[in-house]
Amino acid sequence: MTQNQNSIAQHTLAVLVDNEPGVLARVIGLFSGRGYNIDSLTVSETMHEKHLSRITIATTGSPMVIEQIRNQLERLVPVHGVTDLTVEGNPIARELALVKVVGKGDKRVESLRLAEAFRAQVVDASTEHFIFEITGRVSKIEQFITLMEPLGLAEVARTGIAAIERGPEAM
Amino acid sequence: MARMMTGAEIVLEALAEQGVEDIFGYPGGAVLPIYDEIFKQNRVRHVLVRHEQGAAHAAEGYARSTGKVGVLLVTSGPGATNAVTGLTDALMDSIPLVCITGQVATQLIGSDAFQECDTVGITRPCTKHNYLVRDVNDLARILHEAFYVARSGRPGPVVIDIPKDVQFAKGSYLGANRIVHKTYRPQIKGNATAIRDAVDMIAGAKRPVFYTGGGVINSGPAASKLLREFVELTGYPITSTLMGLGAFPADDQKWLGMLGMHGTYEANLAMNQCDLMVNIGARFDDRITGRLDAFSPDSRKIHIDIDPSSINKTVKVDLPIIGDCAHVLEEMIRVWRARAPQADSAALKKWWAQIDTWRGRKSLQYKNRDDVIMPQYAIQRLYELTRDKDVYITTEVGQHQMWAAQYFGFKDPNRWMTSGGLGTMGYGIPAAIGVQAAHPQSLVIDIAGEASALMTIQELSTAVQHRLPVKIFILNNEYMGMVRQWQELLHDGRYSHSYSHSLPDFVKLAEAYHCVGLRAEKPAELDGMIREMIECPHPVVFDCRVHKLANCFPMIPSGAAHSEMLLAEDFEDDDIDYTVSDEGKAMV
Ligand SMILES: Cc1ncc(C[n+]2csc(CCOP(=O)(O)OP(=O)(O)O)c2C)c(N)n1
Ligand SMILES: [Mg+2]
Repeated sequence: MTQNQNSIAQHTLAVLVDNEPGVLARVIGLFSGRGYNIDSLTVSETMHEKHLSRITIATTGSPMVIEQIRNQLERLVPVHGVTDLTVEGNPIARELALVKVVGKGDKRVESLRLAEAFRAQVVDASTEHFIFEITGRVSKIEQFITLMEPLGLAEVARTGIAAIERGPEAM
Repeated sequence: MARMMTGAEIVLEALAEQGVEDIFGYPGGAVLPIYDEIFKQNRVRHVLVRHEQGAAHAAEGYARSTGKVGVLLVTSGPGATNAVTGLTDALMDSIPLVCITGQVATQLIGSDAFQECDTVGITRPCTKHNYLVRDVNDLARILHEAFYVARSGRPGPVVIDIPKDVQFAKGSYLGANRIVHKTYRPQIKGNATAIRDAVDMIAGAKRPVFYTGGGVINSGPAASKLLREFVELTGYPITSTLMGLGAFPADDQKWLGMLGMHGTYEANLAMNQCDLMVNIGARFDDRITGRLDAFSPDSRKIHIDIDPSSINKTVKVDLPIIGDCAHVLEEMIRVWRARAPQADSAALKKWWAQIDTWRGRKSLQYKNRDDVIMPQYAIQRLYELTRDKDVYITTEVGQHQMWAAQYFGFKDPNRWMTSGGLGTMGYGIPAAIGVQAAHPQSLVIDIAGEASALMTIQELSTAVQHRLPVKIFILNNEYMGMVRQWQELLHDGRYSHSYSHSLPDFVKLAEAYHCVGLRAEKPAELDGMIREMIECPHPVVFDCRVHKLANCFPMIPSGAAHSEMLLAEDFEDDDIDYTVSDEGKAMV
């Protein structure tokens, strides 16, 4: 086995499924039952007329494990297709976070300044708090949250990753 | 025009349209409308079992011996949960089943109603797929789809959970031919380039071995025929897993015997030393590979499997071919014939000579005795005395199962029903009942252990009621022998709870169930008793008293490599002195 065979890496998988009851449980049950990691998971119906949902899963594993996950997912009856976006190239991957920061004085000013630098929007505010909406790569969001911590970070809600392949081809 | 029917009528109509002749089941409140329909018709025969686990195993036996989908019908709650072991068994061994479960009425779901359980939740991980039917107009489609999913690709169990109100409601019936599955279309034909590459690799091999499995059986009788043809063409040695026995005749010179934990010396050593392994319909199970990092270190590997998720799961292969065994074998034979390759006959001669030295170890030899029946001898006699008969064998789980696999020579597919992947004690009696229901004129024998047989013994009642004259041939060693053997090897002979205490008198037990009871205690009476069993037109329980401490060899202890196999000659029954690594002890 080459070095590459054993290297653990994060992959983002896009899974197109019938939007029927229990389908998410099937996917999640597969991951927990077989001991695979879920780093992030998002799901939403993306094609309403066809009742198709897209599940985006970020997972970590060796190439052999990633191949297993893919094959196991494809074996589920309501799964239409699985694309390993990481293997296909460098996908566009974005996440959205809502970040509540509570505080007064300098800290409050500083948080607003940083939010501008990160192009986060203020979506709710009082004299004591802000709620920022931020979108971007996971690393950007992580960084923003870390910076907010000493400035009165109170609560965070994150969507998980939505990802799509670059270029004109569709799944 | 779609016909209007009640949900219960739709169930029976769809079963009949799918060609179902027998179903195994047990009634209850949540399936009463379906039972009412069963009462009113005679297209489908219902075999009443005595426990829902029995219904599932009977359906498995039925399926595996016929190649058709096995069907069971059980009620909600405890009916469904009792069937779970059988569903899991079928999933592990890729057996096509359709299991219809009753459910509480739709509006009661989620209210902890009487005999409610989350059947689709519970069975999700132990089925290939499952459905909860919420609208009677979906019912016919779902039923036909379930049969399609159960038998296509890698077969498996499918559950259809039908709430009671849906069974009463009227809806339209859709015929099977009107249904096309949206997503599930397994790949049947192998990739042509890969098949040509495989033929090249096979032709150029110096130390080849065919390693075949249950996939060949599942692919249908044509696959076994083609396998024989291809082995004949190449002249290469062949071994098989427990699940694959019968695909290749055991009396052929190229047959090495079963491989794996209790496989023959020659089969395991050939796997260990080969330069090319051709895996056809097997899945590199841990019972086969032993220690993974020492598994066949110098070979290139071809893997033919209908399930892509079996490829590179535990063992990395050089050439995968995804497809149905029969199709791929047919293509390989065609390409082989067209190319007429020149095999390396000098290398092959050497390889066969090496195999013959391994065979010379006679790894299945045991010391026979005339004061006590050796279990191996009992199987050998059973085999000899049924050789010319139309016979089907089921087993329970334990030493007797392994001895049956080692000493009973199978020559045809679908004749051997055993719980391989899950290793379910209690499988054999109901499975035999299912086989007998499908083959009323054949001789059906469950080779059993006394502990296993007691797990589903109540199914004797089913056998009697439905005049299914199964033979339960118990190798009674008064021990959970396989557990005792492991305790001997791994726990210094501390036989914690592995003695079969307070056993019933099996002859009287048979009689209590209105079966025939027979007992053999000495080798001299064995043949006569076996003949009596074979001739008997009723269900028989045969209490074959065997040597209590015999062990099953050869054995590759868990966590060991193929080359570290234990042979009977390395041990005497009473002075076993072998240490298993801590890592090995942790494995099952
Ligand atoms: C349902 C179930 N429970 C426990 C086991 C673990 N187990 C494997 S073999 C065995 C002993 C079987 O004893 P017996 O049926 O007498 O067969 P023998 O090994 O003596 O031939 C046990 C307990 C199992 N395989 N299945
Ligand atoms: Mg026993």
